Amino acid sequence: MAALNTTHSKAEIQRPVTNLFVLSSLLVALFLNGLPWEGIWLALRPDFVALVLLYWCTHNPWRIGIGLSWLVGIFADVTDASLFGQHALAYTLLAFGGVALHRRLQMFDLRRQTIQVFGILVLTYAAYALIHWQVNGRAEWLYFLGCLTSTFLWTPLSMMFNAIRQVRGDSERRHLERRP
Amino acid sequence: MIDSTQSFRFFNRGPSPVVRLVFFAMLSLLLLFIDARFRYLESTRSALSVLVSPIQQLATLPGILWHQAGDFYITQSAQNKLAKENDAMLKQHQLDAAQLLQMQALQQENQQIRTLADLPQPGGFTTQLAEILYAERNVFQRKVLISKGASADVQIGQVVMDDVGIVGQITRVYPGLSEVTLITEKDYAVPVQVLRNGLRTILFGSGDIGQLSLRYMPASADIHDDDILITSGIDGTYPPGIPVAKILKIERDPAYPFARVTCLPLGGVDKHRHLLILSSLEKLPERPGEAPASTTDKRAKTKRMN
Repeated sequence: MAALNTTHSKAEIQRPVTNLFVLSSLLVALFLNGLPWEGIWLALRPDFVALVLLYWCTHNPWRIGIGLSWLVGIFADVTDASLFGQHALAYTLLAFGGVALHRRLQMFDLRRQTIQVFGILVLTYAAYALIHWQVNGRAEWLYFLGCLTSTFLWTPLSMMFNAIRQVRGDSERRHLERRP
Repeated sequence: MIDSTQSFRFFNRGPSPVVRLVFFAMLSLLLLFIDARFRYLESTRSALSVLVSPIQQLATLPGILWHQAGDFYITQSAQNKLAKENDAMLKQHQLDAAQLLQMQALQQENQQIRTLADLPQPGGFTTQLAEILYAERNVFQRKVLISKGASADVQIGQVVMDDVGIVGQITRVYPGLSEVTLITEKDYAVPVQVLRNGLRTILFGSGDIGQLSLRYMPASADIHDDDILITSGIDGTYPPGIPVAKILKIERDPAYPFARVTCLPLGGVDKHRHLLILSSLEKLPERPGEAPASTTDKRAKTKRMN
């Protein structure tokens, strides 16, 4: 109950995020996805872009929604050398999941959020794998490991983002108070 | 409180999430269809790749730093080992040089004999060195990106090898980069010959990291463990005589007309950082249109076009 209250009260004091913050978080996520992961680490790599998109879609759904996720998906397709639309479709589904469930997720504490997030991520990964299976005629079960690691990363990532937004809000408020 | 007003704005602003979902999903599927079937979007892709390339380059930095740190450590701690290695390499070089001289003499002789016999001269090939910038981006594909692109006159279809054997083939060219599909990519085909007896066959990638397979190999074929497979040069994509793979295991199941042959690639398909791009070979004369070609040959050709 305490956790529920804190998340809720946080949401109330948090200032609206700047576009710069959203953009830079997405760029960092693309960068992390682009690191030279190899072998089993590649299979275990969490999809940072999906997580960041999901965070914004659930915490700020009126600004970051399905359209932006689609666009980010197109860029992910270019960096991944996958077919155009493969990531885009997966991220569109992800964003829809986030936007549709954002009210529920904001009410939940992190543990219960994680369960919901796992569902959304499985859907996203399944969409991606399904397209791959349709085009290339085989599925790779190892790929779904990334879905698990992404889910584990949800809690630290949302805590980090919440903290950053909190700090920014505080410093700006202090800045305003200091001015006459 | 903020939530309700904000979401009120959201609904006023545009179509509902479901409409957006359907719209963007359809758009993605359309793009997928166009990209998979017609490949019209390559220019768009290379334009967008210019936008994302700063991020990609930044992402390679940790890897480069890691390598440099490793190199630094080696130079600090293992000078003895390096000196020994240097010695060994010098000896190897002398041996190789002697063999190279012999080979040049043989080449000369071969050329003369070919002139006498009125056969076409086998064109030599030149190479350019490129560095692997990015490894494969997802678990499904066996592809790498290398540092030479259209600006260095790299073309689609050129063969990529390392010092030991074939590594892959260029399948996409960007302005400053190109994408190499490794021979271990699923269904990737290379026409090969068994070095020992000249038996011609086709080698397929299996989608696994270190594995290739020979399909359609009759169970009675004269082939043993540890046989070396070299490119046959048939149909002109690969220069002849470059080592490709070594046979690892042969399973002959009497219930099945073909033997299951597993091979290991010889080239460092997932090892080195530097690769050689072979400049394109001379074009062979056009294949006669209605020639009754063997089906495997044809399949290999179409796969490689992809």
